[in-house]
Amino acid sequence: MHELSVSSAVLDTVLKHAAGRRVTVVSLRIGHLRQVVPDSLAFYFELVARESLCEGARLEQEYIPAVLRCEACDREWDPEDAWFACTGCGGAGDVIAGNELEVESIEVEEAACTA
Amino acid sequence: MHRVKVRVVEDALDANNTIARANRDDFDRHDVTVVNLMSAPGAGKTTLLERVLGGLGDVRAGVLEGDVQGSYDADRLASLHVPVTQLNTDNGFGGECHLDANMVRSALPALPLGEIDLLVIENVGNLVCPAEFHVGEDARIMVSSVTEGEDKPLKYPLMFRTCELVLVNKIDLLPHLEFDMERFLHHLEAVHPGVPRMLVSARTGEGIDAFRDWLLELPARREVPA
Repeated sequence: MHELSVSSAVLDTVLKHAAGRRVTVVSLRIGHLRQVVPDSLAFYFELVARESLCEGARLEQEYIPAVLRCEACDREWDPEDAWFACTGCGGAGDVIAGNELEVESIEVEEAACTA
Repeated sequence: MHRVKVRVVEDALDANNTIARANRDDFDRHDVTVVNLMSAPGAGKTTLLERVLGGLGDVRAGVLEGDVQGSYDADRLASLHVPVTQLNTDNGFGGECHLDANMVRSALPALPLGEIDLLVIENVGNLVCPAEFHVGEDARIMVSSVTEGEDKPLKYPLMFRTCELVLVNKIDLLPHLEFDMERFLHHLEAVHPGVPRMLVSARTGEGIDAFRDWLLELPARREVPA
C-alpha cells in the first residue's frame, strides 16, 4: 500500500509536467531507503494511470543504492540492515544517496510540426 | 505525432511538501504548535492522548483525529473537553492509509486555530506511508509499543528516522513479554542516533509526566530557527 501512495504522487508530478500531452515513458530514480518494491510500484502505477494521459505509459525505475557518510570521520558506507551508525567510529551518518523518489524525465507525444 | 523527452527532475513528494508549507504558514499565523503523532495500529496513540491532554495547564490543546473511517477515537477524546476534529480518509480521499498535507489542508476550516496553542494530529495507524508525507507539523512523535517487538526500527527505518521523539509504550507489560529493551534501544540508536526516547505506559501513567513536559516545552524549542 506504500507503493499505491507513491504511485499517486508520481502520477501527479508527471501529469503536471506533461501539460496535456500523452505520456509514453516515465523515468524514476528511486533510492534504496524509500523501501519501494519495483514490481508493486509498476502494478499500482498502471492502476492509478488508467483513464489519464499516462495510461499505458512504460515505467522505468532506476535503483539508487544507499550511501551514508560519517559526520565525524567522512567514512562512507552502505547501510546494510539500516545500520546508520558509522562502521568505523560509531558517529552519526548523513544520507548522501538513497533517499531519492524522483521523476527524472518523461517522454511525451507531440503533434508533428507542420510549419 | 513524434515523441519528445522532457527533463523533469522533481521529487514526487514536492507537491505534498508545498501544501505542507502552506499549512505550516497557517499554523504559524495562529501561533499554533503542531505535532504529528504516528504509530502502528494499536500502539496506544489515543490512550496516550487521553492521559496527557488533561494536564496541560494553560496550554490549550486540540486534536485532529485521522482515521480511515468512523469516529471511535474522537468519541473517546470528547470527554477531555478539548476540541476534536475528525478527518476520515475514506471520505473523498480513497480510504488512504495515511494523512497527507492536502487532507489536513481540507480540515483547516474545521479547526479552531484561534482558540488553541497546541494541535495534535493523530495520524492513521501505519508504520510506512505516514513517514513519507509531511503535513505541516513542527515535530513528529512516533509511538512504538513493546508488544510490537524489538526489531521494528530495523524494519521501518524511515519512520524511526523522521521523528523527533520516540515513545516506547506499554512498558507495564514488560514482565509478561520477552521484549529485550536493550536490544530495541540498540536498534533505535542504529537507525536514528541520539533521538530522544521515553519509556512510558499510557495505562498506568508511568513516564507520562516527562512526555507532557516535552510537549509543553515544544513551542519554545520551535521558535529557535532550525
